[in-house]
Amino acid sequence: MARNNTLKLKFDSARKYAPAPESRSAAKIKDQYDLFINGKFEKPVSKKYFDTINPATEEKISRVAEANEADVDRAVKAARNAYENVWKKMPPKERGKYIFRIARMVQERARELAIVETLNGGKPIRESRDFDIPVVGNHFFYYAGWADKLEYAFPNRNAHPLGVAGQIIPWNFPLLMAAWKIAPALATGNTVVLKPAETTPLTALLLAEIIQECDLPPGVVNIITGAGATGAAIVNHPDINKIAFTGSTDVGKIIQRAIAGTNKKATLELGGKAANIIFDDAPIDQAVEGVINGIFFNQGHVCCAGSRLYVQESVYKEVVRKLKDRLETLIVGDPMDKNTDIGAINSKQQLDQINKYLKIGVKEGAEMYQSSVDLPKKGFFCRPTIFTNVAQSNRISQEEIFGPVLTIQTFRTDDEVIEKANNTPYGLSAGVWTDKGSKIFNMTTKLRAGVVWANTFNQFDPTSPFGGYKESGYGREGGLHGLTPYLNLTSIS
Amino acid sequence: MAETMTTAIPDFTLPPRVDQVGIEERAARFTKRSIKKETKVNGLLLALNMIDLTTLEGKDSEGKVKQMCYKAMHLLDAYPGLPTVAAVCVYPSMVKTAKKAVEGSGIKVASVATGFPSGQVPRDVKIRDTKFAVAQGADEVDMVISRGKFLEGEYNYVFDEIATIKEACGDARLKVILETGELVTFDKVRKASDIAMHAGADFIKTSTGKVTPAATMPVTLVMLEAIRDFYYKTGKMIGMKPAGGISKAKLALHYLVMLNEILGEAWMNNHWFRFGASSLANDVLMQLMKEKTGVYQGKDYFSLD
Repeated sequence: MARNNTLKLKFDSARKYAPAPESRSAAKIKDQYDLFINGKFEKPVSKKYFDTINPATEEKISRVAEANEADVDRAVKAARNAYENVWKKMPPKERGKYIFRIARMVQERARELAIVETLNGGKPIRESRDFDIPVVGNHFFYYAGWADKLEYAFPNRNAHPLGVAGQIIPWNFPLLMAAWKIAPALATGNTVVLKPAETTPLTALLLAEIIQECDLPPGVVNIITGAGATGAAIVNHPDINKIAFTGSTDVGKIIQRAIAGTNKKATLELGGKAANIIFDDAPIDQAVEGVINGIFFNQGHVCCAGSRLYVQESVYKEVVRKLKDRLETLIVGDPMDKNTDIGAINSKQQLDQINKYLKIGVKEGAEMYQSSVDLPKKGFFCRPTIFTNVAQSNRISQEEIFGPVLTIQTFRTDDEVIEKANNTPYGLSAGVWTDKGSKIFNMTTKLRAGVVWANTFNQFDPTSPFGGYKESGYGREGGLHGLTPYLNLTSIS
Repeated sequence: MAETMTTAIPDFTLPPRVDQVGIEERAARFTKRSIKKETKVNGLLLALNMIDLTTLEGKDSEGKVKQMCYKAMHLLDAYPGLPTVAAVCVYPSMVKTAKKAVEGSGIKVASVATGFPSGQVPRDVKIRDTKFAVAQGADEVDMVISRGKFLEGEYNYVFDEIATIKEACGDARLKVILETGELVTFDKVRKASDIAMHAGADFIKTSTGKVTPAATMPVTLVMLEAIRDFYYKTGKMIGMKPAGGISKAKLALHYLVMLNEILGEAWMNNHWFRFGASSLANDVLMQLMKEKTGVYQGKDYFSLD
């Protein structure tokens, strides 16, 4: 019996759960935040403030200070003073105690932090509650443990801190990136001037409150807010010893140029265009779920997002059908609702960027498929989108879109897919889906990516190093590897 | 998407591919859905209506079965407008009693058969067991597969046996119990599901309730995915019945979320989905009364049958 198959499963009711909103009142957000310098919240010399909004409603939720060069200078001076007179001299064991204290306070205030992260950044509360904030705590706990064990981490070496670290972080994982930067810097004896992203400053400022409450010596961590100019002032400040930056490749290049010829060390964690590869012997349903997590996690605002899907031709139809079915069950909407899978795009600017690429994709001849979900009237939202009929030469498969947009290409042989996967200026992450262990090892040795996940995607652990090849940056964060960029290692003579 | 559909029987010696970690993560994700207000009440009512109220004990008597059947029809008269359960599930010897007791209520009578729960009896006994249950009036037959033969790799034996029982069922719908707790791995559960569906099962069912672990969300997910793939391949809908170990309303709601997001709306009724459970009904009733009155009532306000 052979007949035409037009079967389709229906999922309309799967998206219509009654609202289950997290309570906004469980978190207190002040009307205004100043700069956290030398252990105190201080008014900016610039006298300027800017509004920060909730991208899901476009409503203003607070306003924060805009640090100018003079403010940056104050912060760096405070950090230098704390470094020379307190932090550098403190026994490592004592430093560790402070970091443990921060970790515990983050856990205690986890609910509040999750709510603010979601309100300010647009990510679903399920993710900030179950991923971001728990991992922030873990990161501080992990590096707290290293503080008094550096001689074991680097046998036969003396580990010296670098001094003052200038840290500039992005808006996709605001508090988590702050933890990634601050925890290893403190554990290795450095002091910090950190600038959160312009659109998502609030959780970093709550972290400043936590740091204050932890009685961390004044000046060890300074958190100042502002836009690109503030970041530039940090990068260019002559008394900074190390720059740690996570963000776009364009800005990474600017930083690289700015610090050329100086003694400043740097780690750059930049963009990506990860290949996620499904072989025909893969567990297909789990691979499809991995693809969904790989590209739609955090609205696709993930530098290591699996944005290029490569499917072996013999399972292509099955994979695409299952992806479309799964797409229909994704709930897009109010990030504060506990059932939301995909929240708000972080900013108007980013939404415009994504929409620009959707147009480019259609114009390039790719076939666009979006789920039929209704989007909220207000706020910045984008339907989860997949493009089929995509070529390697299309811009949508070459350039980082940083949104919930997946391109799908087919391949025939292992060599072909390795070549295609590596054919990108980036090299941050990759995913391989196959039931065969030997194939996994063959792929991982040949894929030029900092992280290769096998039969999973977007797994993060403080003990595991993370970082890129090529234009995805250099230096590693996380794990033992994450200590070295903050140290000057000398041999014991 | 134009594709050809086929009922061709696949090669069951080929290994299926199911990733344990992925299945467990996906199953856990359904439990993160927050089911509130009208969605919760509708889900609880639906769960009640999907229950196969079950008694399968050596000490079952006519009196016990009659009382259970009354409960099946009158779950809680203090709550007007409640649905009945979907079916009562008994041993073949009790089918006649149950059939008479639920007469006119629309409740189906399901009977276990084929040497339940171990299935370690000769095939002709299994066939007679099945025919007896159907002759006594069973609307549905819950058979067990020969797990020993399956684990030996005798897939044709298992296939033929299911097909034979299906034939013996006549018009009764056949539920095939895989006893997943004895198959252990998800690969084997997937393979057994495929065999059962191709051999003629109307439902696939996780467990007898006599082996631990019985139904779990991950194992049910594996079976739901098998049903979906079979549907896409053949155009035939197959029912799902997790049984054993589902005794709390909240867990039942998690199962319904999973069903809704894997197979969709067409399966969200008791023709295509059942809970095999003896104590689930009372917890669901307790939650429904809580939603209605705002307070929890003591467990003695809910009848034990």
